[in-house]
Amino acid sequence: MNKPNEDFKSVVDKNLTIKVVGLGGAGCNVLRHLATTTLSSHFQLIAADTDARAIAQFSQGLALGQKMTRGLGTGGDPEVGRAAAMAQAEDLKILCGGTDIIFLVGGLGGGLATGAIGLMAQAAKDAGALVLAIVTLPFDFEGVRRQRQAQQGLQQLKPIADAVICLPNQGFGELFDQNASIVEVFERSNQLIAQNIFAIWRLAAQPGLIKLDFADLCSVTRGRHTESSSATVEAEGEDRSETVVEKLFSHPFLRDEKLLRESEAVLVSFAAGSDLTMKEVNGVMERINSACANAHIVFGVAVDEQLGNKMSVTLIVSRRGKLVEHSADEEPLSRFGGVDEKEEPAEDHRASRFSPPAPMISDEKKEKLFKQKSRPRSRKKIMMQQGQLPLEIISRGRFEKSEPTIHQGEDLDVPTYLRKNVALN
Amino acid sequence: MFESSNIIVGLEIGTSKVCAVVGEFNENGVLNIVGVGQARSRGVRKGEVVDAVAVEEDVRNAIVEAEEMSNAEIRSVYLGVTGGHLRGLNNRGVHPVVSADREIVEEDVQDVVKNAKAINLPTGNTCIHTVRQKFLVDGQDGIVNPVGMFGSRLEVDVHVVHGNFNRLQNPIRVVKGLQIAVEEIVFTGLSSSLAILTKEQKELGALTIDIGGGTTDYVVYADGIVKHTGVLAVGGDHISNDLGYGLKVPLSRAEQLKLQHGSAIVDEGITGQQIELSNEFGLPGKTVDLENLRCIMSARVEEIFQLVEDDLAQHDLLDYIRSGVFICGGGARIPHIQTAATKVFQLPTQLGKANSIAGLKSALDQPEFAAAIGLVKFGSMQQKRSTGGLLRKIFSR
Repeated sequence: MNKPNEDFKSVVDKNLTIKVVGLGGAGCNVLRHLATTTLSSHFQLIAADTDARAIAQFSQGLALGQKMTRGLGTGGDPEVGRAAAMAQAEDLKILCGGTDIIFLVGGLGGGLATGAIGLMAQAAKDAGALVLAIVTLPFDFEGVRRQRQAQQGLQQLKPIADAVICLPNQGFGELFDQNASIVEVFERSNQLIAQNIFAIWRLAAQPGLIKLDFADLCSVTRGRHTESSSATVEAEGEDRSETVVEKLFSHPFLRDEKLLRESEAVLVSFAAGSDLTMKEVNGVMERINSACANAHIVFGVAVDEQLGNKMSVTLIVSRRGKLVEHSADEEPLSRFGGVDEKEEPAEDHRASRFSPPAPMISDEKKEKLFKQKSRPRSRKKIMMQQGQLPLEIISRGRFEKSEPTIHQGEDLDVPTYLRKNVALN
Repeated sequence: MFESSNIIVGLEIGTSKVCAVVGEFNENGVLNIVGVGQARSRGVRKGEVVDAVAVEEDVRNAIVEAEEMSNAEIRSVYLGVTGGHLRGLNNRGVHPVVSADREIVEEDVQDVVKNAKAINLPTGNTCIHTVRQKFLVDGQDGIVNPVGMFGSRLEVDVHVVHGNFNRLQNPIRVVKGLQIAVEEIVFTGLSSSLAILTKEQKELGALTIDIGGGTTDYVVYADGIVKHTGVLAVGGDHISNDLGYGLKVPLSRAEQLKLQHGSAIVDEGITGQQIELSNEFGLPGKTVDLENLRCIMSARVEEIFQLVEDDLAQHDLLDYIRSGVFICGGGARIPHIQTAATKVFQLPTQLGKANSIAGLKSALDQPEFAAAIGLVKFGSMQQKRSTGGLLRKIFSR
């Protein structure tokens, strides 16, 4: 090994503190999964939830909003989650202190993760850590409301976290046949998140054939506020590199060619037994390089004897500032979420709505006009999106017409549990 | 006609019910309750009249029922009043004793009380009660009756309950419309405490909380005198409304759920329990989570107590309440309400029993009737005072 690498190693040994914070129910589930793996000793696992029972299972836990929810859940209300985290801002700060990388893990759409992840990320960022969030988006069947909440949570998170890896549960159900049990699907979801964490950790901290350091990782992620999608595939046998590539490109999260083409940064993490050959790595990387022509590719290769003759490749693809289209299933999501419009359909739209230009206009002018028109159009499109009303109209029921009972600025006619944020299940 | 002059009637026009209680002095001069009439109230919100026509009808029904039961004709009533506009405050009046020998006479006492009453009430407000607390003669504290004492400066501490004049007139007008005279209006919180508390409890210091349908009235006694009164325009109606909103059921159903499944605390072991509601055909229609129901209800009950506690803490009265908290009114029917109150006040709590009146049938000894029974007691005290004065006048001749 050459000198810089040795230098780096000492840095790793001394300093690289990695914390994995599981927010809410889904986050805690992932932590539980992580705890069962052999690699878990490299991370500090911290559970943060409003549900006291869930916390009790972990050695390190932060119980949020105990007063507010009395140790129960948030009831799927992000406001409650946010308020709980806000009330304990100091604790969050302490939790995040002295860390190099913080993974925030949670399922968006529910109460705590959706509401608190933004604050958590801010706290971690303020503490100087690299903030990587790995979040799942709800299944389609969980309803529009949760989807919307999830999108709002994502919006809050994106500008703060250094990178957000977004895994839509729905796309993920596709990995299985229809009859897969729900336990299996969730188990697999946890596994995928765990793999992502391991992949990043492997890149940065594990001795490998081709190593990259923490600074490299930072250069790809820090301050970019990207939204990423990721996939992990495994293969074994003689032509495993071929199989891996095939699997990668047909993976539901990466299937969209455009995603890879427009990706800005790609992280590739190889892991295999000691029999991994340069040719295999080369073959896979060649394919990835050609698919992601414009991307800054960061890759690392790690040897892990436990894998045997299996080869595992994790690909994390980032694209800045746009909602990554993970799969066809995601379409309704972006529509409800009112985030960024998909580009492809928008173009189709444009073509159909515009009457063809008059024949006498030259191509040059046509283009000019088109540009002129397209700008206000896109603004109009945003205006047409129906936003969520900020006000929750609370009925005063039977006291609708009577004089309100105002006591120290509080309207006592409004149900107490609403004013005190008592979460109902 | 002789009979009717001998009876005392307390009429309470509450948010959930109108209640008339008839009391009678028996041959030994002891007050007996001889009749009760009640009717569902439809024209009252938060303790105040909002539909005079409906109230008139309800009052008539209650009075008729009470007349039938007591076999007497009701001509005048002591009327209970409440509402969020009522306020209690303590005031001190001063009067210089001008007589040559500096002996305090009855006239001086009346003058000093009159001075104490002369406070700057908000415009439109009128005084309902002026309760004497204690007298001071030349700065000497704690004098109960200064008549016959010597001094140059007489002072009196009074507790004044005042409220908006026009709003107080509404129930009076309704009752007068039925050709029934109103002897006096009485703050229901005060009348409840009269019915519930014994002399010893008043001496020790007690807090009575009357949780009605629309208002929660509370009175603090300490050292035998009224120290503080207050009204919160929050009551059982609010609980029903919260339940209706939180469980998404109609108000009538919420009311029913409150009565059947309500509790002031969320006890363990009810997690996940469901209540099946039947629809109008008697078929199962909707399920309601029992834990949610209790959560909503306990939040409101706890808040009511907390608001009372905050108010008392502000007036530094909590340390004076040594015999405990007494709860009456319909709210006292909520299971475990004592536990909830004990949790907030950190004081022993019990349900108020109208035990200060003799010969009360157990059927009448319900927490809801405390205010109306107290009105009768108030009336009897007023009459005793006036007849006592009359007798004294006769004998002194």
